[in-house]
Amino acid sequence: MKKLTIRLTVNAAAREWSISPGDLLLDVLRREGYFGVKRGCEKGECGACTVLVDGRAINSCLMFAAQAEGREVLTIEGLGRDGALHPLQEAFLDHGAVQCGFCTPGMILAAKALLDRNPDPSEEQVREAMTGTYCRCTGYVKPVEAVLAAAKAIRRAP
Amino acid sequence: MTTSVVGKNLRKVDGVRLVTGGAAFTDDIRLPGLLIGKILPSPHAHARIVRIDATRARALAGVHAVLTYKDVPRVPHTTAGQAWPEPSPYDTYLLDNKVRFVGDRVAAVAAETRAIAEKALRLIEVEYEVLPAVLDMERAMDPGAPVIHDEPDSTGIYDRQRNIAGYILREIGNVEEGFRGCDVVIEREFRTGRQQHCAIEPHISIAWLDEDARLVIRTSTQVPYHSRRQCAMILQIPVSRIHVIKPRIGGGFGGKQEMLLEDITGALALATRRPVKIEYTREEEFYMARTRHPQILRMKMGATRDGTIVASQMTVVATTGAYGSHSTTVQGNTGSKVLPMYRARHMRFQCHVLYTNAPVAGAFRGYGCPQGFFAQESVVDELARELKLDPVAFRRQNAIRLGDIDRLSAQLGEGREGLPRVIRSCGLNECLDRGAAAIGWERLRKARRRPGHLKRGVGVSCTMQGSGIAGIDWASAFLKMNEDGAFFLQAGASDVGGGADTVLAQIAAETLGVTLDKIVITSGDTDTTPFDVGAYASSTTIISGGAVRKAAEKVRGQVFEVAARMLDTTPDKLVCGANRVSTSDGLKRVTMAAVAMQAMYKDKLQIMDGASHYNTDSPPPFCVTFAEVEVDTQTGQVRVVHLVSAVDPGTAINPMQATGQVEGAVAQGIGYALTEELLLDELGRPRNPNFLDYKMFTAKDMPKLTAILAETDEPLGPYGAKSISEVPINGPAPAIANAIYHAVGIRIRKLPIRPEDVLRELRDCGAV
Repeated sequence: MKKLTIRLTVNAAAREWSISPGDLLLDVLRREGYFGVKRGCEKGECGACTVLVDGRAINSCLMFAAQAEGREVLTIEGLGRDGALHPLQEAFLDHGAVQCGFCTPGMILAAKALLDRNPDPSEEQVREAMTGTYCRCTGYVKPVEAVLAAAKAIRRAP
Repeated sequence: MTTSVVGKNLRKVDGVRLVTGGAAFTDDIRLPGLLIGKILPSPHAHARIVRIDATRARALAGVHAVLTYKDVPRVPHTTAGQAWPEPSPYDTYLLDNKVRFVGDRVAAVAAETRAIAEKALRLIEVEYEVLPAVLDMERAMDPGAPVIHDEPDSTGIYDRQRNIAGYILREIGNVEEGFRGCDVVIEREFRTGRQQHCAIEPHISIAWLDEDARLVIRTSTQVPYHSRRQCAMILQIPVSRIHVIKPRIGGGFGGKQEMLLEDITGALALATRRPVKIEYTREEEFYMARTRHPQILRMKMGATRDGTIVASQMTVVATTGAYGSHSTTVQGNTGSKVLPMYRARHMRFQCHVLYTNAPVAGAFRGYGCPQGFFAQESVVDELARELKLDPVAFRRQNAIRLGDIDRLSAQLGEGREGLPRVIRSCGLNECLDRGAAAIGWERLRKARRRPGHLKRGVGVSCTMQGSGIAGIDWASAFLKMNEDGAFFLQAGASDVGGGADTVLAQIAAETLGVTLDKIVITSGDTDTTPFDVGAYASSTTIISGGAVRKAAEKVRGQVFEVAARMLDTTPDKLVCGANRVSTSDGLKRVTMAAVAMQAMYKDKLQIMDGASHYNTDSPPPFCVTFAEVEVDTQTGQVRVVHLVSAVDPGTAINPMQATGQVEGAVAQGIGYALTEELLLDELGRPRNPNFLDYKMFTAKDMPKLTAILAETDEPLGPYGAKSISEVPINGPAPAIANAIYHAVGIRIRKLPIRPEDVLRELRDCGAV
């Protein structure tokens, strides 16, 4: 099959990948070892494959890898800095917001996209931002608490 | 008892890996030469395979194996992940010449890519003799109904000619006599829907042959040991030639208490001598995995004028779908864990579990109790109203209590005679008190009806569960000490996301007097950890935790032996804590690391030991659920405004995790009550096998949730723990149904409670 080369930035590192035109971004990211991108439905319904593309939360199962050409992709692997966890990751652990952890990367990234554009969201806004991610374990109580706590921590950080 | 690790809100031991996207789950592995497996699902609800020809599929470039029933051993078995000998009928085959539901296995393919595998499926030529199907469980026993299991080699089926997978009849006292002595008797019929687990990680198995040609199966399972035993039987290789690895699991909820893909993935790996992966798509997950058992329940209860429940009787028809996985055990629970909630002197439970040509039902969080409690708690509410008693007070008056002996459990165990349950801990009254306060029961019950079309009401339900299967569930654990004073804990238990590894590590750390970071846990690997039945029946904390505590006590004894020599004292004078061993007067102390170095390099001694554990009783956790709802009388829409779930789990080993279990179970329970139902068309095909048409609640849909832990001290549990993961799922449906009655005066007796049903009832009773 015909191959093509795409150039993109993943977690702040330049990448050049050979792909097939029909490859989904989800499949290519997982093939390249970004296991934090999960396959839950392949129909854009569950949100487990959420990544940020140019800062926006998208379902990577609904995007061709070819469409990522020249874009900046952030996966959960790129969220922490220098070995330290991001405040969202810290808050998810401290609030017991992680159970099985399968939807966690998608939830955290959806929350990151929200906090980047609105550092002080209401609970309603947090819930709205997380509607794209199904969680079957938590009932969303602790994830919502965690996002609100992380927002506070980020606002206080120097 | 003061504790330093148990009872603390500590972070999950596997948490960092999960929040950073580290390799954790079954699919997070790279294997050179991996093939993709796919299963050809039956398009018919009931058919015989007259001819099957895989020649063209096998000839396709990139196809490495195609298996049909002609290519595999025919071994009757059950897929239910239960302790041997399983109480479920042996009515399932790796592949068969007959298909019994839409989605049943016809053939399996392994190919270089998914696209090739899917193409190969289309090239398999199958000629079916389509048979009449029975989809309505009320028709399954009719004379002349198609016989679903007409094969002669299945065993353990109660009455194959009438499609009865299992039958249960148990009685204590004499209900007929009991009802005669009642002033009020209420009998009602209830129907419950086909809920699907919807774990966000679908079922997935990867199998390969290791360097010694042993079959390795890395799989998303709750039951690695049962899967290993079942695969050995089905694939006809010795148990010790199979290695089952349970990595992190993306949710189970009972759906993975099932040997579902391990056998066929293993068969393909053996056939191809290559690694093979089968992963269900979301659509396949809906109808080719498992569901909750739909039931029709007739619930009859009688009481005397003074508010004493005298007799209760439940008569159930349930369908297990095309195969009898968990059939009698789930339905047995519907009686044995529900009826004893109240102290009726006379109880009777009768149940037919029927085959239909529908997707297979199996284990699902609550395991038969959500259906039973929906019926019972609705009728209890009606009884209270007839007797003009407050529903909370009426329940309190009649509920099982400390010191009671539940005799129905003795009659109704895991598919056989059970053991009597003695109530040694009971926080039910505290659950009632604190739950009522949290919802504002008194205020809401007395509140005047609001004007307009939005009506509010409040309802309650009392439920219980078990903690492990008495006399059957058992577990083991092993501990060894390292040079740095930390311990390796090897536990057979299967953390499926609920936090079992953390809880077990907390129990080990508490017992050994070390901090949580000094416990390194490995679990759920059949090569490197000792046996455990697996994660089901709310057993892990109490049973696996019991094994861990015993093992840790033995190891602590060895630590004290070495430390006593170092401190020139005797072991009985020693205590441990904060990573040190000290004399009880605190004058002499030594670090765990120093003890380890002494043992290993001076005494030439590996400090290590293991233990096994089981209980002969299954202490029930209790749960009281309160729901405040708003009913839109113009649309029939029911909105939950606030839901309170107050639970007695014994001691909460990790309260943060424990409340997380409550919140998650409640969310699933609200879905069961209001929206979640897998629908089939008249040919048995799934109508809504996706997340758009099968409605789960999102973060925005959820009501306000309040989780309350009313802790007690259970003598049979490690540090007083019972269980928590299942019991809260039982309460939302009846509490919501009772709240709807309080709001608008109608009784909905069918789940899920759909707006159209509410509206019809409102019209029928003239409320609209």
